[in-house]
Amino acid sequence: MKPSKNKCDVLVIGTGMAGMAAALFAAQKGLSTAHAGMTGAINFSSGLLDLLGVYPIGTQAGIWKNPWEGIEALVQDMPQHPFARISKSEIRESIDEFTAFLEKNGLSYTGYPDGNALVITPAGTVKPTFRVPLSMWKGVKAYEEKSPCLIADFRGIKAFSSRQIAETLKHEWPELRNARLSLPNLKADIYPKHLAQTMESPDMLEALIRELKPHIGNVKAVGLPALLGVCKTAQILSRLETELGTDIFEIPTIPPSVAGSRIRAAFEKGLSPLKIQPFYQKQVMGFQRLPDGNFLLDVGHTEKESQIQAKGIILASGRFFGKGLHADRKQIRESIFDLPVSQPQSRSKWHDPDFLAPAGHPVNLAGLETDEYFRPLGKGGKAAYENLFAAGSILAHQDWPRMKCGSGLAIATAYKAVKEMCAYI
Amino acid sequence: MKTQVLIIGGGATGTGLARDLSLRGVRCILVEKQDINAGASGGNHGLLHSGARYVASDPEAAKECREEGELLKRLAPHCIEDTGGLFVAVRGDDENYVTDFPALCAKSGIPAEMLDLNTAREMEPELSPDIIAAFQVADASVDPFMLSLDNMAQARQQGAELLCYHKVISFRIENGRIRKIIVRNTVSGEETEIEADYVVSASGAWAGIIAGLAGIEIPMVYSKGSLLVTQNRITKRVINRLRKASDADILVPGGTVSILGTTSRRTEDPDDCRPTIAEVDDIIEDGARMVPVLENTRYIRAYSGVRPLIGSSAGDDRNVTRGFALIDHAPDGIENFITITGGKLTTFRLMAEKTADLLCRKMGITNPCKTGTEPLPSSASGKWTEPGSAPKMWLTRHESDDMILCECEMVSKGIIDGIMEGIREQGGVPTLKSVGLRSRIGKGPCQGGFCSARIAPYMYDREVLNGDRGLKELRDFLNERWKGKYPMLWDLPLEQAEIQEALHCGLFGLELQ
Repeated sequence: MKPSKNKCDVLVIGTGMAGMAAALFAAQKGLSTAHAGMTGAINFSSGLLDLLGVYPIGTQAGIWKNPWEGIEALVQDMPQHPFARISKSEIRESIDEFTAFLEKNGLSYTGYPDGNALVITPAGTVKPTFRVPLSMWKGVKAYEEKSPCLIADFRGIKAFSSRQIAETLKHEWPELRNARLSLPNLKADIYPKHLAQTMESPDMLEALIRELKPHIGNVKAVGLPALLGVCKTAQILSRLETELGTDIFEIPTIPPSVAGSRIRAAFEKGLSPLKIQPFYQKQVMGFQRLPDGNFLLDVGHTEKESQIQAKGIILASGRFFGKGLHADRKQIRESIFDLPVSQPQSRSKWHDPDFLAPAGHPVNLAGLETDEYFRPLGKGGKAAYENLFAAGSILAHQDWPRMKCGSGLAIATAYKAVKEMCAYI
Repeated sequence: MKTQVLIIGGGATGTGLARDLSLRGVRCILVEKQDINAGASGGNHGLLHSGARYVASDPEAAKECREEGELLKRLAPHCIEDTGGLFVAVRGDDENYVTDFPALCAKSGIPAEMLDLNTAREMEPELSPDIIAAFQVADASVDPFMLSLDNMAQARQQGAELLCYHKVISFRIENGRIRKIIVRNTVSGEETEIEADYVVSASGAWAGIIAGLAGIEIPMVYSKGSLLVTQNRITKRVINRLRKASDADILVPGGTVSILGTTSRRTEDPDDCRPTIAEVDDIIEDGARMVPVLENTRYIRAYSGVRPLIGSSAGDDRNVTRGFALIDHAPDGIENFITITGGKLTTFRLMAEKTADLLCRKMGITNPCKTGTEPLPSSASGKWTEPGSAPKMWLTRHESDDMILCECEMVSKGIIDGIMEGIREQGGVPTLKSVGLRSRIGKGPCQGGFCSARIAPYMYDREVLNGDRGLKELRDFLNERWKGKYPMLWDLPLEQAEIQEALHCGLFGLELQ
């Protein structure tokens, strides 16, 4: 089969948070956009949209109530952090546009205008984050007020124990209780997403109401694992609240999570009318640069299936898990263009011998160096290609799991990279 | 508490001694500061030596290995996979050593059949094209955890007691005898006094420290050996490098994986044993000379054990005898105190027999040793240590609500219940870490990143964990698993580490707790 040939202004590589955001922003700006990547990474999102939660990393004192102040402190100390190259108003616009898009496609987010919210996790810890799925918001309020609250789980699910959360938090939240509910026909080892779909059936919802009722008492809010439907979460919550007379909220679950797959579903719904050329479940397998500077890329699942000619590229291929970076025993390389990767000198400097070391692992700061327009640098220290831009976690000088800045970084750098791409074109 | 013999150390020797004494009708208590095989008995290749490795350096040890190996294959077959083994030399290896090898084997009575090179490569296709000699020997792989757990299980059936997580902190010595042994529960901090007629230190690398509590000095050398676990099984048989013992000489298949090692690095502290990045790189580069695919295969983790070597303080630690040391401390002024240390996993039973013989002589007991003739019964507690056994068990017996909590190694709720019960029965307290030590949990590709987030909730549901203890246990468990992962973080394990950090730091914020 001869590979088909396609043309576009911009090819976005990567289908994680940054890739999704970049494809959205590019299409919204009227660029003809192609989008390639193995979808699925976004299912590993918790569903929470962090902006900047912790700096300096590894310390309780580093938790910021106001992420904007946190960003100021961060870029002061780390002028190479990607946030240092984006204005606060651009960051805000990017997140507002992103959440507006999700809202339009049935997934509402909320939060404080300028403040982080604290969300309960399945480990019984609370995590600072910026934008919270509406389905989780009343949990933020319940935790703040320490109001009488019930956390419940379902017999047959794993990696979520209401008792764990209640026991871990009871020293600061005396009126927190827990219960285990028995729902009918819940098979052991059911996939979370399948379970969430099951929850959309009227019978299941009735059973849930029946099971919850005896536990309500003086409870003001009820927390449940984020498995309450994939698309009909808002309706399920509202029905539960009416029937039980309490607030209802969801608690994030471990990846691959339903809250993450809701983002994916909203994107699938919202991107298709934007005329993006999809190359999903495909990876970039090779590239060449044409005399006019355009890129010609081979994409396919396991072998070359199509060629894409693009005026410019946004590289949002992620880190190791996303396969944007790959490490062998000796060094870290960028997978597609073999761009220089800023990295510690040798493997012995990649990680701390303590997994939870407060200072974090130096390898997390490895990644692509860019110029002020988010173009990755080549060997000479200048942009490798004037029409190649990078966004998201592949960028160097950020430690998103410890700074709690993953989504904000993905969305804001995607926004900025698209903006620079428009200026280029 | 009162007993005839107090055994210190729950490794292969200590548990073997508990079984030996119990079968002779001697009452004993075994105290272990961590859990069964937490030291070198768990940190080795799991190789049942044919003896061929020692024919040049230590013919006596070679002969012991051969005899004990044959005996264990007969009496404890469920702990052993009779893989057979090869010795291969590659281009550049010492040809004199190769030439002398068959005669030395014959001298120690060790069968070693010379193979032509094509036959060897047909038997083991992953062997290097550069091999210049190959011999077939009677090596096998052994599950040291199952071995020790089964030894202890039979000892307990005969009345022996086991106290895990109990550390000896002092001896009360009167008139040249240890009258009382003070042990501390390492979980609760509670102290207990034990009265014993005799005390045996079978504490391996810690023998010097225990003897020190009785005011006796044993000059010890600590030699750390590190090993790597591959994701897939590379060869059918044990592959040994045919040369004077050196690094990365042995590749041992065990269930679904292979284990490559080892090194010999002097260390000062038996408790500080972590594999290093330099060791890992050396092992891979050296091992690949014999089996080239070792350069590019996927590895899961690394681990180390500390060999207790007595005596010498200079020279290559491999020249210090791998034979064992049985020391009666009567000449040191303590009548009822014995140390047994050194030796090899393959000869653990013999070491236990000799120790029990000495004890019985001192106690005036004439009952003969039975462990050389009676089969080792298989026990319930030993069955979760073998790679591949949990999935088999789960597939054949699982009930509809017996959920898999460790998806890499297919460990279910029911299995975890059994492990926790076993730990409790033996005086321990189930923790994430101790459950991990007794099973395959955390030893598959995810290395504990995901299963810990499933098992901690389950332990809360079973009310084994309470309050915010789970946070500490998650931290401890992840840090423990990290030790083995840290030197091998490239390719897939690095991806796994990244997702683990996204979960435990990104979402849970464990680094802030």
